[in-house]
Amino acid sequence: MEPGGFLLVIILMTSLVPGLVIFFLREQQFALRTFFNLGGAGLKLALIISLLVGVYRDGKTYSFTLNLLPGIDLVLAADALSLLFATLSAVLWLVTTIYAIGYLEHSPKRSRFFGFFSLCVSATVGIAFSGNLVTMLIFYEILTLATWPLVVHRGTPDSFRAGRIYLAYTLIGGAVLLAAVVWLTVLAGSQDFTAGGYLRDLYPEHEWALPLLFVMFVVGFGVKAALLPLHSWLPRAMVAPAPVSALLHAVAVVKAGAFGIVRVMNDVYGIQLAADMGMTLPLMGLAILTVLYGSVRALFTQDLKRRLAFSTVSQVSYIIIGVALAGPVGAVGGLVHLVHQGVMKITLFFCAGNFAETLGIHRIEEMRGVGRRMPWTMAAFTLGGLGMIGAPPMAGFITKWYLGMGALEVGQGWVIGVLLVSSLLNAAYFLPPILAGWFGRPQHHWSQDRFRDGLLETHWMLLLPTLAVAAMALGMGLLASLSISPLYWVTFIVEFEYGYEHIWRAVFEEVDP
Amino acid sequence: MPIAGLTGGLSWAALIVIVPLVGALLTGLWPRAGGWVALVVALLTLGTTLGGALHVWWQGPEIHALGGWEAPLGIALVLDGLAAFMLLLTSVVGLFVTLYALGYVGRQERSGRFWVLWLWLWAAMNALYLSGDVFNLYVTLELVVLASVALVALASGGPALVASMRYLLLSLLGSLAYLMGVALLYGAYGALDLITLAEQVTPGHLLMMVAALMTVGLMAKTALFPLHGWLAPGHGSAPAAASPILSALVVKVSFYLMLRLWLTLFPDLATPALGVLMGGLGGAAVIWGGIMAMAADRLKPFVAYSTVAQVGYLALFFPFMLAVPGGWRAVVFFAAAHACAKATVFMAAGTLQRAAGHDRMSELADVMRGRPISSFAMGIAGAGLVGLPFTGGFIAKWLLVETAIAGDVWPWAVVVVVGGLLAGAYVFRLLGPAFLAGRGSPGRPIAGIMEWSTLGMALVSIALGFAGAASLQLLDATVTGPGGL
Repeated sequence: MEPGGFLLVIILMTSLVPGLVIFFLREQQFALRTFFNLGGAGLKLALIISLLVGVYRDGKTYSFTLNLLPGIDLVLAADALSLLFATLSAVLWLVTTIYAIGYLEHSPKRSRFFGFFSLCVSATVGIAFSGNLVTMLIFYEILTLATWPLVVHRGTPDSFRAGRIYLAYTLIGGAVLLAAVVWLTVLAGSQDFTAGGYLRDLYPEHEWALPLLFVMFVVGFGVKAALLPLHSWLPRAMVAPAPVSALLHAVAVVKAGAFGIVRVMNDVYGIQLAADMGMTLPLMGLAILTVLYGSVRALFTQDLKRRLAFSTVSQVSYIIIGVALAGPVGAVGGLVHLVHQGVMKITLFFCAGNFAETLGIHRIEEMRGVGRRMPWTMAAFTLGGLGMIGAPPMAGFITKWYLGMGALEVGQGWVIGVLLVSSLLNAAYFLPPILAGWFGRPQHHWSQDRFRDGLLETHWMLLLPTLAVAAMALGMGLLASLSISPLYWVTFIVEFEYGYEHIWRAVFEEVDP
Repeated sequence: MPIAGLTGGLSWAALIVIVPLVGALLTGLWPRAGGWVALVVALLTLGTTLGGALHVWWQGPEIHALGGWEAPLGIALVLDGLAAFMLLLTSVVGLFVTLYALGYVGRQERSGRFWVLWLWLWAAMNALYLSGDVFNLYVTLELVVLASVALVALASGGPALVASMRYLLLSLLGSLAYLMGVALLYGAYGALDLITLAEQVTPGHLLMMVAALMTVGLMAKTALFPLHGWLAPGHGSAPAAASPILSALVVKVSFYLMLRLWLTLFPDLATPALGVLMGGLGGAAVIWGGIMAMAADRLKPFVAYSTVAQVGYLALFFPFMLAVPGGWRAVVFFAAAHACAKATVFMAAGTLQRAAGHDRMSELADVMRGRPISSFAMGIAGAGLVGLPFTGGFIAKWLLVETAIAGDVWPWAVVVVVGGLLAGAYVFRLLGPAFLAGRGSPGRPIAGIMEWSTLGMALVSIALGFAGAASLQLLDATVTGPGGL
């Protein structure tokens, strides 16, 4: 065990312990609950930043090992890829916690809500720091367990139906994943994630088992990543409160699935072996189908949150496309979208939550003229929407640019056509609400109108997080060439995986490798 | 293997039996202090079993000749890895159940009887785990049965009486079958001591007859499908403090005996066909119990059917025994994980039933919301039954699936995975109502210790999730027959 390994455990504890304490707080203990929530979130972010500095500047490695069974360890490790996901989760957890405190003001069962919310974040960060498949499976299952109470939080028949469907999908996915992980462990032992994979030597001997296992992994992780045809839990889960949809269904849960697929591709099989097995092309095909299907469904959905959910189905598969392209530049595009999509989508969900909480807006046609009443939220919505379309200089543009470049690099130019069609579809479903919001004739009466007399257009705890994430989505695009950008970090990751020095030149022509 | 006489002083093995036995006598003499005696006994028994387990851990199995006579004349006590593991499990679950019962039984008129029976049962179980000869095993098995039947009958009311009678009759039939096996063995080999027998037995018609009689008899006591009919009414109508003992521990006792016999006397009889038959019955139990649990409308029968389902996994030791050396250890670990989770669920169910005044599942939602500690414990235990991390259930499920795949008997892996999903379906049917909208109400007053001991039991099932490696190592120190598996 590395000396700094306990830092990883402490990072897990910064959300686990507050979560457990909050469960046992009484409803009225608002101040104490807020202290634990924000204290945990702030501490986690600070610790992860110190970890980032340690890994990047001082070249340290951190790992923690706990023996579970003979030959099988629980391994927490911080490598560049895990830090990408962990940082994303920690930043967005802090923002969403503030948002959720504002959003749930005066609603019942807040202790239960924040308890499970913190457990979810612990599970997500656990997935990020998992150093082998067994550990990832453990946290992946915990994420299922901790998310379900949030989906059914409102306690209505609708939310119970959504919860049942969510559980059915994710438990079955988890069971498939368990079988796959055990099987692989029997074949190859429980090995730590290794850049470039660790299964190459086994392939000739198990030439049918390894591809079958790959399919099982894609199914197991694909459920949460909402890959076609395993996606239909996601739009239904939108009955959950807005902060849940924002953090969990736009970021934590779906990203956990996508992150799992990335790990399996990069660090278990290795891109080269996955390509040799003939698995990358079918996976890319599935991802492309999901991108197009999600967009088309979004186009025909009038409920704002459901439209955003179908958009998530579509956008998360960009990550898969990028990795399945099996080239370094495409991988940069895919991985950077892990962050970009998260920030943009959380912006959009926060906006949807603001509209619903302030003016009771749930459907697209009700958004007409909302820009006059809530200009700041509408501006954030516009930034998020433009980002999803891929308009420069938003973060989404960076993603699509490198996905396109990556496709050319590996001689799959046709993928650019898919990206174009998808962007058109994105425009077709994001522009109408944006245009209606700014230029439509406002309704005479909103179905409700809260916070009208305040200084701000809505509660400050709702507005400020929204503006913060919108600014992030803009900044990640504008400042992509700076060394603090996600793009820079992703390039650092891909260098490990592919060992290509020239990746730096391909991505940052002006940066000296 | 050291054979120690009593000359070295009372060893752990003897103490482990004597402490609860003395406790039972004391509570019999002095019923009003039953609870306090039981608490002291529980703590002492935990201490002595820990001592015994550490002894096995450091120095290996010990065979202890009671009265100084060595086998085949004397009565042998065998303290090995398997026995130590089961003893430890019994004392941990026993401690929390005792704490729970302190609150549940309270100063009721008949509380004295509960304590006598429970400590008597505890002594009998401990004696059974330590017995090293087939006749002694029979005697202790009968003691276990009589005490458990009486515990079921403690619940006043017609259904409990009918259920306990049915339980008694089936158990007696099972014991009779077992006893006939003992008689055949003694007639053929002139020995009762397990280790002596293990060296002498030869596969043949006689041994097959013996194996069939003993196995079927013990299957009935373990409530293995299709001989499970008595379990749901019995465990469902027993008093709340007795149900966890019966479901978590007593069914494991006959399972332990079955496992012990197959590991020492009958390993040569285990054929793949037998593995498929027994494993198939286990699989059927998993499915049938799961379906019945889905259909149950009252809480305690619901939990009891979940036991029927989970007992099915125990039958997997037949196929596993053949497939992988030491494959049976996965099943034993599962038994422990199930014991902790099931004890928790039954304890919580008893609390909810007392608080609500009934146990109709559709009307329990208010009380579940009003009693967050019990509901939370039930949630952890539910995760254990489904096999979700970080509970012992997850490690158990992992071990079962791993053994099935490593032994190239992967259909059993499918059974375990599908069974886990079925458990997921019924556990969330149980927990779902706690999340319905509306205010909770705590219902009738409940002694605080009942809720906290339930939570403690649930935390043990989490601790078990981190004890996998140690448990397997302890189980390695098990005395098996010459063809030992």
